[in-house]
Amino acid sequence: MNWLAIRAIYSVEMARFFRTIWQSLASPVLSTVLYFVVFGAAIGGRIQSVEGIAYGAFIVPGLIMLTVLQQSVSNASFGIYFPKFIGTIYEILSAPASFLEIVAGYVGAAATKAVLIALVILVTSFFFVGVHIAHPFWMVAFLILTAVSFSLLGFLIGIWAKNFEQLQIIPLMVITPLVFLGGAFYSASMLPPFWAGVARLNPVLYLISGFRWSFFDLADVPVGVSLFAVALFLLAGLFAVWAIFRTGWRLRG
Amino acid sequence: MPSIIEIRDLSKVYAGGTTALSEVNLDIAEGEILALLGPNGAGKTTLISIICGLVTPSAGQVRVGGHDIVSSYRAARALIGLVPQEISIEPFERVINTLRFSRGLFGKPRDDAHVERVLRALSLWDKRDSMNKELSGGMKRRVLIAKALAHEPKVLFLDEPTAGVDVSLRREMWQVVRELRAAGTTIILTTHYIAEAEEMADRIGVIDAGRLKLVRDKTALMQEFGRKRLTVELTGPLDALPASLEPFELALSPDGTRLVYSYDTRAERSGIARLLAAIASAGLSVRDLVTEQSSLEEVFLGLVEEQA
Ligand SMILES: Nc1ncnc2c1ncn2[C@@H]1O[C@H](COP(=O)(O)OP(=O)(O)OP(=O)(O)O)[C@@H](O)[C@H]1O
Ligand SMILES: [Mg+2]
Repeated sequence: MNWLAIRAIYSVEMARFFRTIWQSLASPVLSTVLYFVVFGAAIGGRIQSVEGIAYGAFIVPGLIMLTVLQQSVSNASFGIYFPKFIGTIYEILSAPASFLEIVAGYVGAAATKAVLIALVILVTSFFFVGVHIAHPFWMVAFLILTAVSFSLLGFLIGIWAKNFEQLQIIPLMVITPLVFLGGAFYSASMLPPFWAGVARLNPVLYLISGFRWSFFDLADVPVGVSLFAVALFLLAGLFAVWAIFRTGWRLRG
Repeated sequence: MPSIIEIRDLSKVYAGGTTALSEVNLDIAEGEILALLGPNGAGKTTLISIICGLVTPSAGQVRVGGHDIVSSYRAARALIGLVPQEISIEPFERVINTLRFSRGLFGKPRDDAHVERVLRALSLWDKRDSMNKELSGGMKRRVLIAKALAHEPKVLFLDEPTAGVDVSLRREMWQVVRELRAAGTTIILTTHYIAEAEEMADRIGVIDAGRLKLVRDKTALMQEFGRKRLTVELTGPLDALPASLEPFELALSPDGTRLVYSYDTRAERSGIARLLAAIASAGLSVRDLVTEQSSLEEVFLGLVEEQA
């Protein structure tokens, strides 16, 4: 293992994050506050509680997931797209480093950023609602697994993208809708049976459900299924990256 | 001397169908400077990119320090430093950090003393805390060289290192290259400046249309082609060479008014005095004398045109 290569990539990526730390944090925190105001205050006035949980608290896991997914995908996709765009990727590709080491550096950094932002949002939410975390260990585990899985997805998008539009389109057109339809702001049990069935085809539902379980001990799907879904997602991402480095697709001429 | 790079039957056909390399065979000795010459699109960058792992070969093998570049890519790549043709550099990073990054990427532990040596050698020490985007083009190119040297490679590839670099800086870079060679680094450089190849290289390779046309010792090449021609213009045409001039192996121009004598500039005696004496005693009168020397450039153009 070329640990020094992983560390080199990881620390450069983290340095970029800390260079712009206020921008990196301000925008997710601001939008979270807006969600609390709009969903918590406006809608929460009508929906008193969901399955016995105050609506304001109920949406906290969904909000955090929304941010983790967006941040993971955009950080990781930008992280690998930028060197591709400016040409400095030649150095990464000519280094004595395997795909695992390169991925570990980029995805590790993107996931770390996403988790840090998630924790900041969690702390922010304490100012608005009383949130009790039933299973702190699993809360962190879900957070990290999700951040890593979606950073992998972002890494793939960054390699696939040929321009900035393509870089933006997946987070905008795919991730955000999946989170909204995945029960970020409601329980799937509130949907009519047919739509509840459709919602189960959405992989993000399993993440949000598992994550919400770690907070409130209640879930749309069994927590084991959620864990299995995240693990599956992670493996699929790793396999795709492995295949890309093996064939050199969009990386090597 | 042992070969540090062995290239066997290497070919590359790009996805679009362009054949960039055809069955290239080349051995590069440890510690030498090899200059690759060739017109635009000849395949020089492709050759370098394959060895460095940026482009996958279509056929053939390459070994660096005995390690296959595909099956033992780690060992092979750890020996190599690459300075690409295009200036690609992280704009927002500081010079010294980009060097530390390169070193780490190649699996070497942090060594500030080495990084400082490299930066000083390339006259970049004063700029170590500048952001890369604040540097001039020539400085950026030197940062790329510094990055390639940060992990102490045994083989250095310089893809057109002096393109767009002013004359004094070019001399400075040549000096750096000489010092590296003195320290035992093998250097492969590509260039369009024949003078550069002539000045720097131990051996010269000419690539054209994906084929390695020739690889020769520079001195041998210069000797072979570094001959001078003396053209003797006569006042009147000759039908045939007089027998007394035969030993000089002269060529007579078709119109019979010029005699062309070739001689080696390095030979102890050029034979010109004897030739002129022989011409005089043969009763010929001379109108003018012209001497010309073939340069590497002519050799190179000759080879390339031969193909066309
Ligand atoms: N990524 C690529 N995809 C398709 N064709 C390519 C690619 N890179 C190079 N080529 C083609 O391969 C051939 C060799 O290109 P290469 O860059 O190796 O030439 P070169 O000798 O370095 O030229 P120059 O002196 O202009 O740098 C050219 O015909 C070029 O168009
Ligand atoms: Mg080139």
